Amino acid sequence: MTVLDVRNLSVDFQTEGGRLEALKQVSFTVPANRSVGVVGESGCGKSTLINAVLGLLADNGEITSGEIVFEGGKDLARLDADSMRALRGQRIATVFQDPMGALNPVLSVGRQMRDIQYRSGLSKRDKDARSVAMLRKVRIPDPESRLAQFPHEFSGGMKQRIAIAMALMMEPALLIADEPTTALDATLEVATIELLKDLQRDIGCSVLFISHHLGVIAELCDEMIVMYAGEVVESGTTREIFHDARHPYTQRLLACDPARLSHRVPRLPTIAGTLPDLRHRPPGCVFQPRCDRADTQCLTVPPRASLGGSHSARCWHAEVPLAEVTA
Amino acid sequence: MFRYALKRLGLGAVIITVALMMLFAMVYLIPGDPASVALGPRATPAMIADLRARMGLDQPIWRQFLHFYGSVLRGDLGTEVLSNRPVFDVVMEQLPFTLILVLGGISWSVALGIPLGCIAAVRRGGFVDRVIGVMSVAMIAVPSFVVAIYSLLVFAVALQWLPAIGAGEPGNLSSRLLHLILPSLAVGLGWIGYISRMVRASMLETLEASHIRTARAFGLPERRIIYTYALRIAVLPTITLLGVGIGQMLSSSVFAEIVFARPGIGKLVYEAISTRNYPIVSGAVLVTTVFFVLVNVAADILVGTLDPRVRASFN
Amino acid sequence: MRGILREPLGALGLTLVAVVVLSAIFAGVLTSYAPSKISPTERFASPSLLHLLGTDHLGRDLFTRVLYGGRIALMIALGATLASLVVGVVLGLIAGYGPRWLDNIMLLVFDAVKSFPTVMLALTLVTLFGPSLYAVVLVVMLVNVPGYARIIRTQTLVLKSAEHVMAARSMGASATRILGIHILPNIIGPILILVSMDVPVVVAIEAGMSFLGLGVRPPTPSWGAILNDGFANIRDSYWIVIAGGLPIVLTTLGFTFLGETLRDLFDPRLKRRS
Repeated sequence: MTVLDVRNLSVDFQTEGGRLEALKQVSFTVPANRSVGVVGESGCGKSTLINAVLGLLADNGEITSGEIVFEGGKDLARLDADSMRALRGQRIATVFQDPMGALNPVLSVGRQMRDIQYRSGLSKRDKDARSVAMLRKVRIPDPESRLAQFPHEFSGGMKQRIAIAMALMMEPALLIADEPTTALDATLEVATIELLKDLQRDIGCSVLFISHHLGVIAELCDEMIVMYAGEVVESGTTREIFHDARHPYTQRLLACDPARLSHRVPRLPTIAGTLPDLRHRPPGCVFQPRCDRADTQCLTVPPRASLGGSHSARCWHAEVPLAEVTA
Repeated sequence: MFRYALKRLGLGAVIITVALMMLFAMVYLIPGDPASVALGPRATPAMIADLRARMGLDQPIWRQFLHFYGSVLRGDLGTEVLSNRPVFDVVMEQLPFTLILVLGGISWSVALGIPLGCIAAVRRGGFVDRVIGVMSVAMIAVPSFVVAIYSLLVFAVALQWLPAIGAGEPGNLSSRLLHLILPSLAVGLGWIGYISRMVRASMLETLEASHIRTARAFGLPERRIIYTYALRIAVLPTITLLGVGIGQMLSSSVFAEIVFARPGIGKLVYEAISTRNYPIVSGAVLVTTVFFVLVNVAADILVGTLDPRVRASFN
Repeated sequence: MRGILREPLGALGLTLVAVVVLSAIFAGVLTSYAPSKISPTERFASPSLLHLLGTDHLGRDLFTRVLYGGRIALMIALGATLASLVVGVVLGLIAGYGPRWLDNIMLLVFDAVKSFPTVMLALTLVTLFGPSLYAVVLVVMLVNVPGYARIIRTQTLVLKSAEHVMAARSMGASATRILGIHILPNIIGPILILVSMDVPVVVAIEAGMSFLGLGVRPPTPSWGAILNDGFANIRDSYWIVIAGGLPIVLTTLGFTFLGETLRDLFDPRLKRRS
C-alpha cells in the first residue's frame, strides 16, 4: 500500500523577477511503513515539496500540474483548504528544522499539546494524560510537571523531542521530517534518529525525511530520492544509491560527503558551479551546465533511465559507475 | 524578575526626584515671592517676613528642596488657601474621576484598536487594510479636544443621544456610564489608531514566525492561530506603549473634562489657574506625574510577567 | 514630488497643506473683512454668502478669522519647531559627544521632562508666566526637545567611533569642527523627516492652549480661540465651533498624510519606529 504518491508535480512561484519553476515534474512514492529520504543542496526545492504536500504554499506559489495522492484516495493538490487542514496534524504530521522557534514562546507546552488534540473530543484531563504519555515516549523526564513549563525552559534537544512527540501524538499515517536534526549537535543527532526509528516502528507510520546530510539518510531511510534544481534526478533504495549511484550529480554529492572520503584531504571538496537560476532553466538536462560529462546530447531533456528494480536516473550517461568518480 | 522590578522602580524613583526638582525650581524660584503672593497685596512686610520664615523661604535652597521633598514623601502637599484643606485631599478627591476617564479611553482604544490591527494584518495589502490604515492615521492626527467638541456637538447637542454635562448621578451606574461614553471616546480615539498600527505591525511580524508554521502544520483552525497563537505575542509591545499612552490620555482628559464639564484633575487645575491657586496646581501636577511614572514602571513589569521570554532573560 | 503625488494619500496631504499655507499667505486678498473688526449688528450670523462661515458673538467674520488664524498657527508651528530642532540638536550633540557623566545626567533630565503629561506641563508654565505666544513655544519645546535630543545623541554616539571622525580627531580637529562638519551633516536628514511629522502636533498644542485661554491672547485670531468662543455658544450657534475645528482637522490631517508619505518615500526604515 502506498501512503503518498506524488506524480509529475510542478510548482511555480510568481516573483518580481518573473515566474520561477520551483518544482518540475517531480514523481516519487512513499510506501506504507517505510522511510523515504529526500536529499539535495539548499534551494533544490525540498521545502517547496513539503509545503505543497501540506497545502501550505505561500500565496505567490501555485501547483501548475501533477497529483499528490494520499492514502490511495485524496489528491492533495486539489483538496479544498478545510479538508486539507483536517488532514494536517491528524494524518500528516510535520517536524520542522528549527527547534528553538517551532514552539509558541508564550504558551505552555501542555497547552500547545492539548490544542493539537482539539479534534479528539477528549476531556482536558484525558488530553493531558495523552500528552504526558507521549512526552514519556520521547524520554522527557518528569513529564507531568513539565507540561506547565514554557518552551524556553527546555534545551534545544528536548524541544525537538517535544516537537516529535506532538507530531506523532495523533498517530499520523505520514510523518514529514524537515531536517529535524540539522540544528542539533552530533550526539543529539544520533539520539534523535534512534528515537525517530523506534517511534516509527511503534506507531507504524511512513516517514518522508528531508535532509542534506547523507549520513542521516543512510541511517534512517529505506528509499531515497535525489533532488536538484526542483527536479528528481535519481531515485531508488538507499542501498542502491549509496553503492551504485549513476546520476553525475548524485555521484558528486556522494564523493563530496566528508564521511565517505577515503583519505585525508586538505580542503573539503565541493561541486563546482552554482544552482541554475530557476527563472531561466538551462536547456536540456538541468545539471548539464555543471556536469563534466555533458555533451550535445545533454541539450535535450534526458529520459528517466531505469537501472533495474526501483532504481532510475534522469541522465544520458547513466552507465558510468560510482567507483570511477573521485572528488 | 524581582531584581528587574526593583531596578525599574529605582529608576522611576530617580525620575520622580528629578521631576520634583524641576517642579520645585519652577514653582518656588522663578515667580515673585510666594509669601507675598499667598498673602495678597495688602500684607505688611512684617507679615510677609513671618510667613517666609514659616514657609522656610529664608533657608538655603537645597534645604528648602529637602524640606519640600520630605513633605511630598509624607503626602503633605501644603494647604489649600480658600478652604484650608490639605491639597493632597483635594487632589485625591478628583483623581478617581480622571482615572475612570483614562480607563474608559483605554477600553475604547484596546477594544477597537486590537481587532482593527488584527484585521488589517490578516487582510494585508488589501482594500480593508488600506482603509484601516488611513483611518488609524487620521485618528492619531486629529487633536482630542476637537474630537471632544465635535462629538459633543453631534451626539449631545444635535442628536441628543447622550448627555453633555457632568459625570452622572453618584451611585447610578448606568447614568455614570452614559456620561462616560463621549468623553472617554475623545480621550481614547487617537489611541485606537496607535494601537491598531502597532498590533498590525507586530502581528505581521509574528505571523512570519516558524512556530506559526508549526501551528498551521498541525491543522489548528486559522482563527485560533491568529487570535491565540499570534495575537498573544503581537499585543505585548502594545502594553508598553499603553504606559506612554496613559500620559497622553491624562493630557487629553484635561480637555475632555473641561468640554464635558466633568469633575477631575484637569478641571481642578484649570480652575485653580484662573483663581491663581498655586498649591493646587503644583499638587495636582505632582500627583499626575508620579502616577504617570508609576504606570510606566508597572507596564514594563507587566510585560515582563506576561512574556515568558522576557521573564527568562531577567533571571 | 512626483512620488508624493503618485500616492493618493500623499496627494491629498499635499493639497490640504497647500490650501492651508496659501490661504494663510493670501488672507488679505481672500477676504475684505478685518480679522478683529467688531460688528455689533451682525452678531451670531449663520453662514451666508456675505459671511461664508458666519460670524461670532462679536459679529466678527469667521472666515476671515480662520484665514488669519492660519497665519498664527503656521508661524507658531514653524517657529516652535525650528526652535525645538536647534535646541534638540545642540543638546543631543553635547550628550552624545560630551563626557559620560554629562550624558547620563542629560538622559535623566530628558526622561524627567517627558514624565510630565503635556497639558499639565502647559498649565504649570502658564501659571508661572501667564498666557502668551511664548508660553506656547516653550511648551512645544519642552515636549519636543527631549525626543529630538535623544535621537541626535544616539546617532552621534554611533558616528563618534566612525573612521572618518576618528581620523579627524587624530589630526587634532576641535570638537565643534568635528560635530559641525563630520557628524551633524550625516545625521540631520532622518531627524528632519521626524521633525516635519511633528508639525501637526505643534498645531494641536497651539490650538489646544488657545482653546483653554492659555495661548494666544484675544483679539488675535486663533483657531483654538474661535473654538473657545464657539464652545460657549455651542447650543445656539453651532457654526462657530465648526469654523474653529475644521481648519485644525484639515491642517493636522494634511501635514500627517504628507509626512507619512514623505517618510515612506525617503526612509522606509523609520516606519518601524513609529
